[in-house]
Amino acid sequence: MRSKSSSLFPRDLLAQAFKESFVKLKPAIMIKNPVMFTVYIGTLIMLGVCIWIGAGETSQGSLTYNISIFAILLLTVLFANFAEAIAEARGKAQADSLRKTREDTPAKKIFPVGEIYTNEVKTVPSSQLRKGDVFLCETGDTIPMDGEIIEGIATIDESAITGESAPVIREAGGDKSSVTGGTKVLSDRIKVRVTTEPGESFLDKMIALVEGASRQKTPNEIALTILLASFTIIFLIVCVTLKPFADYAGTPITIAAFVSLYVCLIPTTIGGLLSAIGIAGMDRALRANVITKSGKAVETAGDLDTLLLDKTGTITIGNRKATHFWPADGIDKTVFTEACVLSSLADQTPEGKSILELADLNPNAFNTNGARFIEFTAETRSSGIDLPGGLKIRKGAFDAIRNLVTRAGHPFPEETAERVKTIASNGGTPLVVSQNDKALGVIELQDIIKPGIQERFDRLRKMGVKTVMVTGDNPLTAKFIAEKAGVDDFIAEAKPEDKMNYIKKEQQGGKLVAMMGDGTNDAPALAQADVGVAMNSGTQAAKEAGNMVDLDNDPTKLIEIVEIGKQLLMTRGTLTTFSIANDVAKYFAIVPALFITSIPALQALNIMQLKSPQSAILSAVIFNAIIIPFLIPLALRGVAYKPIGASALLRRNLMIYGVGGIIVPFIGIKAIDMLLAVFM
Amino acid sequence: MFTELTGVVVSFLLVVILAFPLGRYIARVFKGERTITDFMNPLERLIFRFCGIDPHRKMNWKEFLKAMLTVNLLWFVYAFFAFLFQAHLPLNPDGNPNMTPDLSFNTAISFLVNCNLQDYSGETGVTYLTQLFVITFLQFVSAATGIACLIAVFNGLKEKTTNNLGNFWELFTKSITRILLPLCIVMATLLAFNGTPASYDAKDTITTVQGDTVQVSRGPAAGMIAIKHLGTNGGGWFGANSAHPLENPNYFTNMLEVIAQMLIPIAMIFALGFYINRKKFAYVIFGIMTVGMLCLVIPTILAEIHGNPLIAKMGIAQPTGAMEGKEVRFGPAASGYWSIVTTIISTGSVNAMHDSFMPVSGLMQMLGMLVNAFYGGCGVGILNYYIYIIIAVFISGLMVGRTPEFMGHKVEAREVKIAALVTLLSAFIIKGGTALAAYYFVHHANADWAVKPSAWLNNPGYHGFSEMLYQYTSSNANNGSGYEGLADNNPFWNITAGFAMILGRYLPIIGPLAIAGLLANKKYIPESAGTLKVDSLTFGVMTFAVIIIITALSYFPPLVLGPIAEYFSIH
Repeated sequence: MRSKSSSLFPRDLLAQAFKESFVKLKPAIMIKNPVMFTVYIGTLIMLGVCIWIGAGETSQGSLTYNISIFAILLLTVLFANFAEAIAEARGKAQADSLRKTREDTPAKKIFPVGEIYTNEVKTVPSSQLRKGDVFLCETGDTIPMDGEIIEGIATIDESAITGESAPVIREAGGDKSSVTGGTKVLSDRIKVRVTTEPGESFLDKMIALVEGASRQKTPNEIALTILLASFTIIFLIVCVTLKPFADYAGTPITIAAFVSLYVCLIPTTIGGLLSAIGIAGMDRALRANVITKSGKAVETAGDLDTLLLDKTGTITIGNRKATHFWPADGIDKTVFTEACVLSSLADQTPEGKSILELADLNPNAFNTNGARFIEFTAETRSSGIDLPGGLKIRKGAFDAIRNLVTRAGHPFPEETAERVKTIASNGGTPLVVSQNDKALGVIELQDIIKPGIQERFDRLRKMGVKTVMVTGDNPLTAKFIAEKAGVDDFIAEAKPEDKMNYIKKEQQGGKLVAMMGDGTNDAPALAQADVGVAMNSGTQAAKEAGNMVDLDNDPTKLIEIVEIGKQLLMTRGTLTTFSIANDVAKYFAIVPALFITSIPALQALNIMQLKSPQSAILSAVIFNAIIIPFLIPLALRGVAYKPIGASALLRRNLMIYGVGGIIVPFIGIKAIDMLLAVFM
Repeated sequence: MFTELTGVVVSFLLVVILAFPLGRYIARVFKGERTITDFMNPLERLIFRFCGIDPHRKMNWKEFLKAMLTVNLLWFVYAFFAFLFQAHLPLNPDGNPNMTPDLSFNTAISFLVNCNLQDYSGETGVTYLTQLFVITFLQFVSAATGIACLIAVFNGLKEKTTNNLGNFWELFTKSITRILLPLCIVMATLLAFNGTPASYDAKDTITTVQGDTVQVSRGPAAGMIAIKHLGTNGGGWFGANSAHPLENPNYFTNMLEVIAQMLIPIAMIFALGFYINRKKFAYVIFGIMTVGMLCLVIPTILAEIHGNPLIAKMGIAQPTGAMEGKEVRFGPAASGYWSIVTTIISTGSVNAMHDSFMPVSGLMQMLGMLVNAFYGGCGVGILNYYIYIIIAVFISGLMVGRTPEFMGHKVEAREVKIAALVTLLSAFIIKGGTALAAYYFVHHANADWAVKPSAWLNNPGYHGFSEMLYQYTSSNANNGSGYEGLADNNPFWNITAGFAMILGRYLPIIGPLAIAGLLANKKYIPESAGTLKVDSLTFGVMTFAVIIIITALSYFPPLVLGPIAEYFSIH
């Protein structure tokens, strides 16, 4: 489902957005964006002026000129509407494609008879399922709705949602009980209770957020809107007071010139793109397969100071792996390796499998006919094999095997004991192997740290984000892995309340904390965290508690989420800077144009050498309008975040969007003026 | 010319050399550490006991503002009635008349708000009593008010989370007893020894070489001239202000006065660094402000040294530069430098007539007042800069990918709203006021007022427009200097400029204090690698850019019609 297409504007979305930009001309919708609303009013004023000229007024310049201004202003408004519409359309399309998978699949609903559920099953369309209903899913069925397994276990293909083809196991009870509509049961049979009303799933909520009906401005968006509105008022004052100033100077100024000056000066670029930026932020999160429950959560993600990351799956690859065989003195390495393999042949744990992988011997070469496999038990804390030839091989924890060896009267090799200590202090787990109660050597198991994870943590550190590893390991092992992976802190032997306490402690210090969790016992911590990302596979409680849901169940997603948040904020900041920096050139285009006829000396201010006052004003207004569509791709994609430190980042963005924002319009306006000169 | 320029450079360097230790001293005073002025302690205790003040009572920003505004209102009432009835009060040896109500309104506000716009002339408009016990008094308390309010903002920056911005009465009293009074005593003595009068006698009559009899005004002026500069007030004892030979007798006093007016504003920047223990932050602010000043000073001095192009076109050489309206004992460089110092810092005292400066200089003077934060007035300069910082923080905070924060506190909608309002206000006052004046001038030129609008302007055209623009700019910036060509002693100008001064004073104080109070009250967020560094040069440049864009740019159209048009028409 992860969208691979890089096109920002698929054709069907364009058409939809195009239509939507006109629908958005309704004053009730326009007024939500104060900056663009004033442009809208300016457009209406120009329409009035055009009619006035049509009725015979001669003081306002030619009809063609006024109609051109009117048309360009209308375009400016439409471009801004289009930016918002295309962002909405993209978000909606993304969400729709997710939702499509779950529309009207047949559901085997179980009808309760009396007090107990019986097996009376009827197939109904999924749209008829309500919260609390129970349905049945068997091999090959598509799960009709989000729900929680109340009975049974099943392997499920979630590729429709996550794009990951490996099936996952979901079972009743525990933390992996959630199933998602649209996914497919590959084996077994489960009973599922519907957890949401139709139209109220997270996805539905997110679509509503994107569509605008329930979209609320985030706190930062509100603050920025206030700032932009105040700039707008400042420039309104500039334009209104210009009338008496011009009267003093004896210069008549047309209404078109006033309106143009005003529209060019107010921050239309950022004003027109602001809501698109916000929607695009949520959309980018969705493209990363994260459903956000509010726009604010994405914004907060940019501010995160601390990330709580589970060790397994985030920092290390799944489980421990055998990394080394250490035979005792006098024991041949091949003999030892063979003993290791024999002891692990029946061991289905990931550790056991990894021993076979490391030994790289063909298991079929071993004759195990008549052999008896000894299962691991909590008492013996070892497992192994008894071969028909009387050979007894055991593999287990250090003290368990040592007991075995010493009780049989054999000495425990000194160097193996040493080795065991070294391994433990290196964060590994030692497994000692014995043959007929004599110690053969030790297998070293290590956590495998995900390749590239150190670089990612490094990147986070440069962003100013502190990473905390959460693990059930003992403090010694935890410390070792923490150092190796490059996380800043760790919580060892972690219980759910430890996470909660850590989050609270960090928050008391003023930090914003994010965590990812799936279990019901994670729910309080998820709710406490500033950004709580619940895994889609997690329990309903966890999903309700968090403010984001990760469809991929990928613990590294937090890192991506931070960057999406930062991108969102940066895009706002840079486009505001760009928009305001543009004013310099626009002033130099319009102000000389206004006064040049009555004060010819001001020709010196016409540094762009624009052809005529009318062409200067037109060029500025045209530039002001077309910069919006030019920047839509940037608004949708977001400004790239580079973890180079705050000051360097500010310098970089100031150079690109500040200095660039001053220079670009000089070039743009001049170019448009030259083009206009051909026609005028 | 080299000597003249050296004089300018030396007087600037001297300020910095003196301001640095003074800044450290000011920080120590308000931190409550031991200083050499601790002998003032008993006096302060006496004042507190006499006034029933508990100097240790903590105040939040609202209580602080309430105390400040209440006492300011009292002073206004006192001053207003004193001017209104001054003729009947003692210490009026020259028999000067009462002020008209509108002039009294304007003058009372003018001195209350540290503006010192003078629509009267010192020789004939006021008495020794009002000069000393109203004007000089207000010059002290208005400067102390500014300092106290700035220290309150410092208090907000200093603590991680606090409700307490300090006690207004304590900060205010100490600003006078520990800073203004000691410095003024030193300076007044120096001035008196250089020929500034300090006598209570009436006008002196002297006979000139030609045999004419001339009446020369005098009075106990030295003390007032000291606080006029140290407190960045600017209102002169005599009408001609520091161009008057008794107010500014020689090059030494000229240097002294130009140093004195910059001293406390610059010292306050260093005090910021010492007080909140962020020296680099203070140095960056100082650097940016200095660059801002240089951007204004250099074109001004160049324009003045090169003389008037219209005179040059007549084929007349001007080896001493543009000398119209300037004192021969100071010359164009020192006068040009003073004119910028007095406008960037809200002093507004003049040693040459700004009306006669070259258009470029006029533009620079107005820009200095529009920004009003390149050093700026006593205390209030940094308060103005604080608003620019908040806006810069907001935009650049976003640019580094975080929601904006300043010194560990999130800048949110409420703070932005206040900062935006303060910014809006000056645009509204200056442009709105000038627009109103221009409107009456054009459409009601012959309105039957005390002075007909058609008679307001001494110079028609662009320069006349500059005169009106300058008046509101100066009022809003609480600067007080003026283009003397404007006939400003009449109800229209007295009243409109009066309101411009009130709004231009109190909102830019209330705004930063409220923001500081709100921010200080928020949860403290520790700094990380991703946090915007407000003490970096990059952020300094950003603040400078914000100043240029929102100040300079939004005044571009009126400036084009005034000084810029004048410049291009004579070149």
